[in-house]
Amino acid sequence: MSDAFALFGLAPRFALERAALDAAFRAVQAQVHPDKFAHADAVTQRQAVERATEVNEAYQLLKRPVARGAYLLRQAGIEPFDPANTRMSSAFLMQQIEWREQLEAATDVGALEVLENSLSEAARAYEHRLTILIDQDADLVSATETLRELRFIEKLGEEIHAAFDAV
Amino acid sequence: MALLQISEPGLSTAPHEHRLAVGIDLGTTNSLVATVRNGLSVALNDAHGHAILPSVVRYLDAEGHTEVGQTALGTASEDPHNTVISAKRFMGRGLKDLPDLALLPYHFVDTPGMVQVRTVAGPKSPVEISAEILKVLRARAEASMGGDLVGAVITVPAYFDDAQRQATKDAARLAGLNVLRLLNEPTAAAIAYGLDNGSEGVYAVYDLGGGTFDISILRLSRGVFEVLATNGDSALGGDDFDRRIYCWMLEQAGLSVINDHDKSLLIARAREAKERLTDHPETQVTALLTTGQFIDLTLTEAHFNQLTESLVGKTLTPTRKALRDAGLKPTDIQGVVMVGGSTRMPRIQAAVGAFFGQTPLTNLDPDKVVALGAAIQANVLAGNRLGDDWLLLDVVPLSLGLETMGGLVEKIVPRNATLPTARAQEFTTYKDGQTAMSLHVVQGERELVVDCRSLAHFDLRGIPPMVAGAARIRVTFQVDADGLLSVTARETRTGVEAHIEVKPSYGLVDGEITRMLQESNAHAKEDITARQLAELKVDAGRLVDATHTALAEDAALLHPSEQALVMGLLSGLEAALQDNERAAIKYAYDALNRGTADFAARRMDAGVKRVLTGHKLEDF
Repeated sequence: MSDAFALFGLAPRFALERAALDAAFRAVQAQVHPDKFAHADAVTQRQAVERATEVNEAYQLLKRPVARGAYLLRQAGIEPFDPANTRMSSAFLMQQIEWREQLEAATDVGALEVLENSLSEAARAYEHRLTILIDQDADLVSATETLRELRFIEKLGEEIHAAFDAV
Repeated sequence: MALLQISEPGLSTAPHEHRLAVGIDLGTTNSLVATVRNGLSVALNDAHGHAILPSVVRYLDAEGHTEVGQTALGTASEDPHNTVISAKRFMGRGLKDLPDLALLPYHFVDTPGMVQVRTVAGPKSPVEISAEILKVLRARAEASMGGDLVGAVITVPAYFDDAQRQATKDAARLAGLNVLRLLNEPTAAAIAYGLDNGSEGVYAVYDLGGGTFDISILRLSRGVFEVLATNGDSALGGDDFDRRIYCWMLEQAGLSVINDHDKSLLIARAREAKERLTDHPETQVTALLTTGQFIDLTLTEAHFNQLTESLVGKTLTPTRKALRDAGLKPTDIQGVVMVGGSTRMPRIQAAVGAFFGQTPLTNLDPDKVVALGAAIQANVLAGNRLGDDWLLLDVVPLSLGLETMGGLVEKIVPRNATLPTARAQEFTTYKDGQTAMSLHVVQGERELVVDCRSLAHFDLRGIPPMVAGAARIRVTFQVDADGLLSVTARETRTGVEAHIEVKPSYGLVDGEITRMLQESNAHAKEDITARQLAELKVDAGRLVDATHTALAEDAALLHPSEQALVMGLLSGLEAALQDNERAAIKYAYDALNRGTADFAARRMDAGVKRVLTGHKLEDF
């Protein structure tokens, strides 16, 4: 796949203005989407499907902070989710246990919303830290650990999302 | 070389006739066909001036003659076994999937994949029954527009799974329609509203039809319709409200056993009562049963609301989920579009209004809005509005995945992924020397395979024997712009590959469609040959137009020698079209197709570059 940032004319940085990405995504997709080639021949249509798929996937990759961070680290030759390296700070592990307990105890929408808010607040702080570590300090080792913790937060967020469906 | 013509970007330089294309709303209760005429989307009427065709097919005799629409509906209670109502509820469904068998007056045949209904004309699949409805609409369109259709956009509930979509596409093919696109109903409605009002912002489309419920959250921005999330219930609709009244009638009348004739009669009476309650506080329900018993009941709006309260609630749960998936709150929604005849019920409008804190939009006819939107999309896809600056980005309604060890589902494509999409995942062997792997493709949100819909089984064979865990099998899911799935499995070290278009376990295999087409006697053999030639000529003509346009706009992207090559292939195809000989046209068509592939790719890249450099991002 060609570079996801370049595909949208964006600089390869962790900090990203969501509105700019969304606008570029829509503009680029409008150039390559198969519907724009519905009157064209089969070969062009197939190419359009491939391009449009690539654009969709690149958008997904950049949209979510964890995927975007992992993409930047992988481009720098670091595999952030190497199963051999699962180090997380002990403070984070404690926080993790606390969140899990809160999720298990949450039986109504209100409690889930409280937990969701505290989680998204934490996620914002992590994203801010990653911006500094990757874009300013280029401290990719620390960034990797931070990203792993953010990934945990993201996964827990998905579990909370599923819990909303259940209650 | 001829001088290049200068043209507005996006405008075809080749003169082309208006291509006849329609949008079809194949509904549970009613169906419609619409087209764009003089820039306006209009529903097409039958000879009696009616736009709405009840989705009812009555089989009259062993030869398979049918009556479709109002006349069939009128005689439904006289001939309940041969008159199929709401066939859409059975599309792509097995017998075990049908929840309220006891309430249906049909003799079902439990055939593998999809149920069939035993009629006087023999067993009929929901695909064949739906095709009868589509044939009537196609004939209406051709009569009204005076020519053959280039194609049709057919709408489906957003929450239809792969099997139901495939079945719909099969029905259209069986009716002799070229399917330009399967379009989600709420998205179609949004097109009809959005293009009329030139709106921007996030909209919710609440679509309660006869048998299905969909909720879609869309963002409209600068001509792009982007579906953010969709949810729904493909077995919930106005029919369920009728059934609640029907059950209440049975209870009030003290009936437990009832014959099929009376069942059809009472369900029809229930529906009429529901419709009257739309603008009356109470209504009288009367029926004379074949047993001689006379039923005379009064149903108030308040009691009706009480009977159906849980159904209203069942629509709000998916609505909440869709908002949550989109990461939005009810107050973020700029407007709520109401679609489907069932949204006429005052209780529904009140509940939706209360949920979103605003009065829902009802200014377009909820029965027609889907067909009108589909017609607009059909017009674009047929190539009548080249260069028009709007685009539709739809999503996968239900997650797609594979069965893994222990009957668990591994999700490959998550729900709400934007179409088209492709996702890959690697798997490995779990036994030493394992040479084959069986793949089971499923769709749904649940964790266990048994709770999801099974779409297809296929095997990857010929894996060289290795120790367990050494093989690397990459499985790729590709979902096209119609929302249809194909799956490829590949052992990456040896290149052994297996591929499947997902349709066998539900839907019909291609051979079966061909057989039905032949059986329907719609085309004698010479007709088929003539039709193939005509279709090829349409495709070839399109390619000629497209190539002329491409050369006029972007000849600069080609080296003069490449340009000469393309021009040579182009005149070759034009000459072949003059001679009207199928094999020669096919040959020249394929040659030009191959010869312009790289040119087309360069044009796409150039287009992307233009939008990224021509504007600052804030300008988008």
